[in-house]
Amino acid sequence: MKALRYLALSVSAVIFLVPFYLIVRNGLALESEITATSWTLFPREIHWENFAELFNDPAVPLLKSMTNSLVVAVLQTAGTLLICSLAGYGLARIPYRFANVVFYAVVATLMIPAAVTFVPTFVVVSTLGWVSNLRGLVIPGLFSGFTVFLFRQYFLNFPRELEEAARIDGLAHWGTFWRIVVPNSLGFFAALGVITFVTSWNQFLWPLVIAQDQDAWTVQVALSTFLTAQSLNVHELFLAAAVSITPLIIVFVALQRFLVRGVTETGIKG
Amino acid sequence: MRHARAFWLFVGPFALGLAVFVYLPIGWSVLLSFFDARNTVTPSTFVGFDNYADMLTDGPFLRSLGTFSLFALFVVPLTFVLSLALALLVNGIRFMRAFFRSVFFLPFACSYVVASLVWKLSIFNGVRFGLANTVLAWFGADPVAWTVSTSPPWYWLVLVTLRLWLQLGFYLLLFIAGLQRIPQVLYEAAWVDGARPGWQTLRFITLPQLRTTSVAVLLLLLIGAYQAFDEFYNVLGNGPFGRPPLVYLYYTALGSGGQDFGHGTAGAVILSLLIAGVTLAQGRVFTR
Repeated sequence: MKALRYLALSVSAVIFLVPFYLIVRNGLALESEITATSWTLFPREIHWENFAELFNDPAVPLLKSMTNSLVVAVLQTAGTLLICSLAGYGLARIPYRFANVVFYAVVATLMIPAAVTFVPTFVVVSTLGWVSNLRGLVIPGLFSGFTVFLFRQYFLNFPRELEEAARIDGLAHWGTFWRIVVPNSLGFFAALGVITFVTSWNQFLWPLVIAQDQDAWTVQVALSTFLTAQSLNVHELFLAAAVSITPLIIVFVALQRFLVRGVTETGIKG
Repeated sequence: MRHARAFWLFVGPFALGLAVFVYLPIGWSVLLSFFDARNTVTPSTFVGFDNYADMLTDGPFLRSLGTFSLFALFVVPLTFVLSLALALLVNGIRFMRAFFRSVFFLPFACSYVVASLVWKLSIFNGVRFGLANTVLAWFGADPVAWTVSTSPPWYWLVLVTLRLWLQLGFYLLLFIAGLQRIPQVLYEAAWVDGARPGWQTLRFITLPQLRTTSVAVLLLLLIGAYQAFDEFYNVLGNGPFGRPPLVYLYYTALGSGGQDFGHGTAGAVILSLLIAGVTLAQGRVFTR
C-alpha cells in the first residue's frame, strides 16, 4: 500500500518535471536538433554558447525586460505591503464613524476580479498619460482589496495586550503600528510579500495592455511577443524562458516557508 | 475627531487609490457602455442599451461565454479531484513528503506565457517530432495537429493540461493545509468505533471536514476559469475558435482594428455581473 503511494507520487512527479526539462533541453540544444524529424530525449551535446548568442542578440531586449519586470515586482510588493497593511490596521483598530462604510466598499471589490475591469482601467490610466511607463505598470496594481481584507483579519487577531502596553508608554496609533505591530508581524508580511512578488513577476494581461513600447516591456510581454510572432529561433526562445523563471526558482528555494504560508493565507479567506 | 484624523492617515492612501483605479473605472465603463464610443473615451452619442443588445445577440461574445463554460466544465472538476487526490497521497507519507510537495508546487513559478511556450512549441507542436506525437507514434497512432485541430477539438486537451500543470500545486497546498487542520482525535475515535482507514474515514471524516477548503477551492477555480486569458492568447491567438471572453474583449476594446470602448465595456459589465452572480450563488449554496 505504501509502495503504491510512492509509485503514484513518483510517476506524477516525473510528469510534472518534464516541462522544466524541456525548457532547459531546448534552450541548450542546436536549432537543427530541436527540429529534427525524430525526437530525442537527450541532446547530443550541451551548447552553452547559446547563452552568449541570446544575450548578444540585439533583436531580443531580454536584460531590459528582465530589469523592468524586477523593478515592477519590487515596487509593487513594497507598495502593496505598505498601503494595504496601513489600511488593514486602520480598519481593524481605529474606531471611526464611517469605518464600516469604507470596509464595505473594500469588500464589494472582492466580487469583481481586476482582470475583468482591465478595459475601463486602461481608459483611466491612458487619460492620465501613463501608457508605456513605469507608473502605469506599477500604480494601478497597488490597491488590492483582498490584501487589505487579509491584513485586517490578521490585525484583528493581533494580541491587544501588546498594543495597550504601547499606549501606556505614550505611543499613538502611528507609533504603535510601526514600533510594536509591524516588528511582531514580520512573518505575515513576508508571506504576503512573497506571494505578491511571484504574482507580479508572472502577470501578463495588464503589462500587455499598458507596456506598448518595447522599452516598457516586462519579460512576459517580451516572451509572448516573440512566441506569437514566431520571429525568433526556437532554442533562443526557450533559453530566454529558462532565464526568465530563474529569479522565481531562487525565491521558491530560498523563501519556500513564507511562500507556502502566503498561498494558504491568500487561498482561504475565512 | 482625533480618531478621524488617525483613521484617514492609515486608510487614506488606499481609499484614494481604490477610488481612482477601481471605482472610477467601473463607473466610467458603465457610462461608456451606453454610448457609441469608438476611438474615444469622451463620447457624445447616447445609444441606450444597444451595446448590450449587440453583445447579447448571437455573436462572438456569446460564443466566447459558451467557450468559457465548456472550459470551466472540464478544468474545474479535473483540478479539484486531482489536487485533492495528490494532497491525500502527499499527506499520507512521511519520508520525502516535503520533496513531493515542492515538486508539485514548482510549476507555480512559471508564468502562463512560459507554459504556453512549452506546450505550443515543444509538447503539442503538431509536427511528427513533437513530444505528444512521438508518444502517439509509439502506439502506432497518426500525428495530430493539436492547436489547429477543430474536429475533433484537440486544442482543448492542450489548454486543459496546461492549466492543470500550472495550478494543481497551488490547490494541493490549500488541501494539505485543510487536511492538517482536521483533529487527529476524530480518526482515533473512528478507529475505536470500528471504521477502517480508507474509504470509510475519507467519506465520513476527511471530506466533511474539508468542506470550507473545498468551497474556497471551487470558488477560486471557477473565478480563475472565467478570467482565462494568458494561455488562450499565447497558444491560439485571435483565432476563430477557443476564444474566452477576456480575449474577445481585449481585441474589441484594444485591438489594432480600432478601439471600440462602448462594446468592450458593455461586455466587461456583463462579465462582471456574471462572476459576481456565480460568487454569490455558490457562496449561498455551499455555506447553507
